[in-house]
Amino acid sequence: MKTLDVRVWRGGADGRYQGFEVPREESQTVLDVVTHIQRKQEPTLAYRFACRVGMCGSCAMTVNGVARWTCRTHVDAVAPDGRLEIAPLRNLPVIRDLVTDMREFFDKWARAKGRFQGRRTRRDDFERVAPDSEARKQVDAAIECIGCAVCYSSCDVVAWNPDYLGPAALNRAWTLLRDVREAANPERLRAVAGDAGCHACHTHLSCTERCPKQISPTAGIAGLKRAAAAAALKGEL
Amino acid sequence: MSARREALLWAAQRASAALLALCVVVHLATMIYAAHTGLSAAQILERTRGNAAWLGFYSVFLLAVVVHVPIGLRAVLSEWLGWRGASRDAVLAAFAAVLAWLGARAILGVFL
Amino acid sequence: MNPALRARNHPGYWAFVVHRVSGVLLALYLPAHFWVLGLALHEPARLDAFLRWTDQPLVRFGEWGLVLLLAAHFTGGLRLLALEFLPWREWQKSLAALAAGVALAVALAFALAL
Repeated sequence: MKTLDVRVWRGGADGRYQGFEVPREESQTVLDVVTHIQRKQEPTLAYRFACRVGMCGSCAMTVNGVARWTCRTHVDAVAPDGRLEIAPLRNLPVIRDLVTDMREFFDKWARAKGRFQGRRTRRDDFERVAPDSEARKQVDAAIECIGCAVCYSSCDVVAWNPDYLGPAALNRAWTLLRDVREAANPERLRAVAGDAGCHACHTHLSCTERCPKQISPTAGIAGLKRAAAAAALKGEL
Repeated sequence: MSARREALLWAAQRASAALLALCVVVHLATMIYAAHTGLSAAQILERTRGNAAWLGFYSVFLLAVVVHVPIGLRAVLSEWLGWRGASRDAVLAAFAAVLAWLGARAILGVFL
Repeated sequence: MNPALRARNHPGYWAFVVHRVSGVLLALYLPAHFWVLGLALHEPARLDAFLRWTDQPLVRFGEWGLVLLLAAHFTGGLRLLALEFLPWREWQKSLAALAAGVALAVALAFALAL
């Protein structure tokens, strides 16, 4: 096949797909395809990217129904029949074309107390963190999140429950809950428990399935559930 | 407030699930046995009536069911029917009461 | 494939669907189940008539279906308990397949016992 049959979402929430014919190249990524369209065929196409080497997460879009990093998605892998359907990430408001409004994603991150709060100052000695401790191993398994929103976009509970904090925010809260340097922990658990928090997770595992960094937010959320139950039973929640 | 309530409901759901796991194994084994042996209703009732052990077992089973089923339905109602809040919880509590009542009658009928 | 399904077509998601659907169906079945058994208390004749009705092949098939639902919900539930309480390991992702297998085996045992 020499060309690709590409349909790209145009407009806002009530937009439509626009068709393009794009020359097929070797080792072509979906980001290459979108870039080609914007540069050679449709200059008004809006889309996001930055590093184009799988480090920043900016280029996340829905490709043939599945949320992916377009810079790390080879056309050969997802479009053996030469057909591509490219849409903005789900579960987020669409600004225009392939660009979504990420504010709600990061607002929920803040609501889940996803920000580190240390106990020590520059005048204190460093806190010792044993890298092979159970707590640190759990943190390390989840710490590489770059906030790309692929998991958030793949989660049905996010779609069904508008208040649900979502896998990324909860995963980050988990890494901080298990961080020995953390000062904000009892409040953090209160922030992430509840029907908008970890208890709304039904272990669909879509987040784990789709995370490009192979993180399992489900594992962290299960940890939050256990911690919340223990705290509630002890009267500490 | 919501955090504590949700955490306790979650814990109750998992605890009742663990208990039900045991009860369901016994229940399924019993049903398979009864089907395999070809027991009639009259024969089954002969074995169950006046049996304190079975009465005790199924009472525990019923208690676990009455906790587990309404909490399970709670999520379905909020996510798939958009029904949240006090009215949903009130209806589920009523459903739990109905289950408990019907279940108690069934236990009395079969084991007493 | 239906676009709504493409993103959801993985084992964890199907395990969720089976678990939720089986749970709802069982929740709807239980009141009826208890009510019928309760007939033994005051209306034994009615219970007898009902039990004779259950000898019909279609009803027997329904009973087998219920056993399958219960087995599926039970094995899926064990899988969830493992995912939520045991330390996270890669093999836990295969639990969905294991749960499905065990549930089918139980249902088969019931069917063959008949």
